[in-house]
Amino acid sequence: MTLRALACIALLFPLQLLAAPVPADQQALHVLNRIAYGPKPGDIERVTAMGVRKYIDSQLDPSSLLYPPELDARLDAIGALKRPAGDMLAEFTELRREVRDEEEGARKRRQQGVGAMSLQTSQARVLRAIDSPRQLEEVMVDFWFNHFNVFFDKGEVRPLVASYERDAIRPYVFGRFRDMLGATAKHPAMLYYLDNYLSSAAPMQQPNKPKPRGGLNENYARELMELHTLGVNSGYSQKDVTELARMLTGWTYDKKALMRDNETFRFDPKRHDRGVKLWLGRQVGDEGQAEGEYALDVLAMHPATARHISYKLAQYFVQDEPPKALVERMARTWLDTSGNLRSVLRTLLTSEEFMASDSVGAKFKTPYQFVISAARASATPVVNVTPLLNAMSGLGMPLYGCQTPDGYKNTQEAWLNPDALSRRISFASQLAEGRLPLALAPAAPAESMGGNMMMASTPASAPAPAPAPAAPPVRLDSALLGATLGPAISSRTQGVIAASPENLRAALLLGSPDFMQR
Amino acid sequence: MQRRDFMQSMALGTSLLLPVGRSAWAATGDSPTRQKLVVIMLRGAVDGMNVVAPVGDANYRVLRPTIGLDKPGVENGALDLDGYFGLHPALAPLLPLWQQKKLAFVHASGSPDATRSHFDAQDYMESATPGRKNTPDGWMNRLVSALPGTSTPSRALSIGPVMPRILSGPSTAINLPNGPAATRPDLLDRPAIGAAFDQLYAGHERFGRAYQDGRSAHKQVMEAGVSKEMMAADNGAPLPYGFPDDAARLATLMRNDPKIQIAFVALGGWDTHANQGAGTGQLANRLAPLGQGLAILAQRLGPVFDDTTVVVMSEFGRTARQNGNAGTDHGHGNAMWLLGGKVAGGKVYGDWQGVGDAALNEGRDLPVTTDFRSVLAQVAEKHLRLPDRQLSQLFPAMPQKEAGFELYRG
Repeated sequence: MTLRALACIALLFPLQLLAAPVPADQQALHVLNRIAYGPKPGDIERVTAMGVRKYIDSQLDPSSLLYPPELDARLDAIGALKRPAGDMLAEFTELRREVRDEEEGARKRRQQGVGAMSLQTSQARVLRAIDSPRQLEEVMVDFWFNHFNVFFDKGEVRPLVASYERDAIRPYVFGRFRDMLGATAKHPAMLYYLDNYLSSAAPMQQPNKPKPRGGLNENYARELMELHTLGVNSGYSQKDVTELARMLTGWTYDKKALMRDNETFRFDPKRHDRGVKLWLGRQVGDEGQAEGEYALDVLAMHPATARHISYKLAQYFVQDEPPKALVERMARTWLDTSGNLRSVLRTLLTSEEFMASDSVGAKFKTPYQFVISAARASATPVVNVTPLLNAMSGLGMPLYGCQTPDGYKNTQEAWLNPDALSRRISFASQLAEGRLPLALAPAAPAESMGGNMMMASTPASAPAPAPAPAAPPVRLDSALLGATLGPAISSRTQGVIAASPENLRAALLLGSPDFMQR
Repeated sequence: MQRRDFMQSMALGTSLLLPVGRSAWAATGDSPTRQKLVVIMLRGAVDGMNVVAPVGDANYRVLRPTIGLDKPGVENGALDLDGYFGLHPALAPLLPLWQQKKLAFVHASGSPDATRSHFDAQDYMESATPGRKNTPDGWMNRLVSALPGTSTPSRALSIGPVMPRILSGPSTAINLPNGPAATRPDLLDRPAIGAAFDQLYAGHERFGRAYQDGRSAHKQVMEAGVSKEMMAADNGAPLPYGFPDDAARLATLMRNDPKIQIAFVALGGWDTHANQGAGTGQLANRLAPLGQGLAILAQRLGPVFDDTTVVVMSEFGRTARQNGNAGTDHGHGNAMWLLGGKVAGGKVYGDWQGVGDAALNEGRDLPVTTDFRSVLAQVAEKHLRLPDRQLSQLFPAMPQKEAGFELYRG
């Protein structure tokens, strides 16, 4: 065969010819890095032994995977996890009423109460991310929360975040997209965050009467198409935004009924715009709440939505520039299965592209992934998540603290920068030296309730002085850590570490270039 | 912070300027990095019609019955600029700069692209290629490579934990965290730890450069002695955590390290769809620290402010009419702000067509009568003295070359 013919074949079949097979332990590591938050001690051996395919299957259908009793016990102790949204909002409203009371005791109660609400929500999220055996479920909770992002420092969102994640995101991560879309659309956290709870038909002005209050608010309708479903530049116009907003008028909640009876959603016909709408080329008559439901039906099964979200998933799990053919296959699964997210994920995770050697290690960890994966690898028992939350904030990714509805990005371009590496290394060193007070009961959180006054240049939680650890710090065992990470650490890095002083080796492992990627 | 405390801290800053600004004079030598640029981006689309409000237009309060600013002279009313436009009262700290003719605005400016997506519009403003999403680099990054003289890692810097699109690209740019951590020693300053990690990252294909840039920049910042000077200037009463504090640190850094030439800060929280308030309220609460911070920046830059232009911009404006919830939705044209010692200030520039119903773009917002790139091009050409050839690389395919007005004196 001529050289030229060979080159042609290489162009036609680049994957098959050029990709060296990925060794079994590398495959296990790769899967742990992508569908879990990296390996805990013994994970690589366990997944290698059971086979990656079986591991993927078990993660896609995790109902048989039980939480370890310690995790159950810790989650049981977190009140916010079980409290209804209305109950949390009532407490929050009561606490905020005390804002005007400048008496020292009232200020302190407010700070502790409001701080405890978000700390509890964050604590549950982080403990599960570290210790849940249903790792893919936790990965998807983070993915979908971020996709349908709400910002905890906007008004009434804070007390509603726990319910939002529990009731609108978590139940649907392996279910139908349409169900999650509907649950987010009707959750008071989203209704408040993107202002739809206020939106109503433009009122008619009566002669000689003051202009009535109320009117259209386009915020949610725009982001619903741009971010949650179709994607930007998918062919809708400003007119389509306005028309969709009109269809969604009356989708609101009644704060009193929410606090009293936990009524989280109400369609208010008095607010609804009863006129005829022309949306995405469809004529929509006066059908009340059904107009909005129809819009969600159309959006959930629109080919642009299937493609937009398949792209986002492939970018998250495979590469920053995901292979087009894979995205197309996922979008086809989406349309064939009525947006069944488990099926779409199965297409993704069983694809050649997902396991290809050029995908291994290709993703740069986000701050959230970096912090959680370090905690998992370290196997440090975590009672107090505050140092982990502070690290995320310091790296620009405060948990529940993304101000804008697009959520956080997950690409290298977004997160790799000169300051990030120094900060990650500092965090890794502190963790490795046992200097983070992770074993302490959480202290009363510093209040970060800037209300709506928060500026993006201010991390959601200002750095609080860390309380001194009760016991002398215990350094991580670098040999154990090295074994946990296995093939994640290149021979070059291993060589440098072996030549370094023993007391620095654990820090070097967690702060290594190799641990920055997944 | 109370107004009085703020005025005190301003006064203190002035008295401390000469004794501690030890390298201020070094920065005024005719070096290639002498002319400075600071860009502040307000992410989320600030309501420019309430920043520089056309209070003299009869239709203004018709469009905005409850959120429009009152005329000058009323409590919490606009601050008179030129008899027609009024400044938002929360920006009172900037009024002295207006009076000294060091603050100007370009109204009805922005991107010619019609998108009302925050994220696309920001992307276009940062790449300076409206309508083209695959431009690989940001215009401030292209600026670094176009400017004459050799670059050190800290020539271009951003304040914040992530590298913004506007500074991304092949030229080196660094970022410093918000808050005091930016100028404090870190763990890698311990010799044993630093040496071990240096070795781990030396020549690393993927992360070696970012690591090295971070270390060099950190070293340079530590040498500028900012931390000590900030403490002296604050006199035991540090500024509240946030933009004023970051602005003070940036100014001190720029004065002490003449190699810093261009800087970027992004501030969020301007997407006021509901209850934005008028002279007081939500928008006012966001504008107040911005105004304070800009005044502090100008003041603590000291003599360097003469050679500095500060540009404040936002991805698009907001609807001219208030919406049903005493807020505003996504619009089009906005106001750009320019501050600096040589800015021909005290004037609102731009082709202003009023806010009569017929003058509105698509019947809902301000038209864009000045392309934001033509303003930036003037800053690059007149202030940073970028040659023509470089200018066309900085802003490729810019249709409107001339802004039609001169933003610099003399």
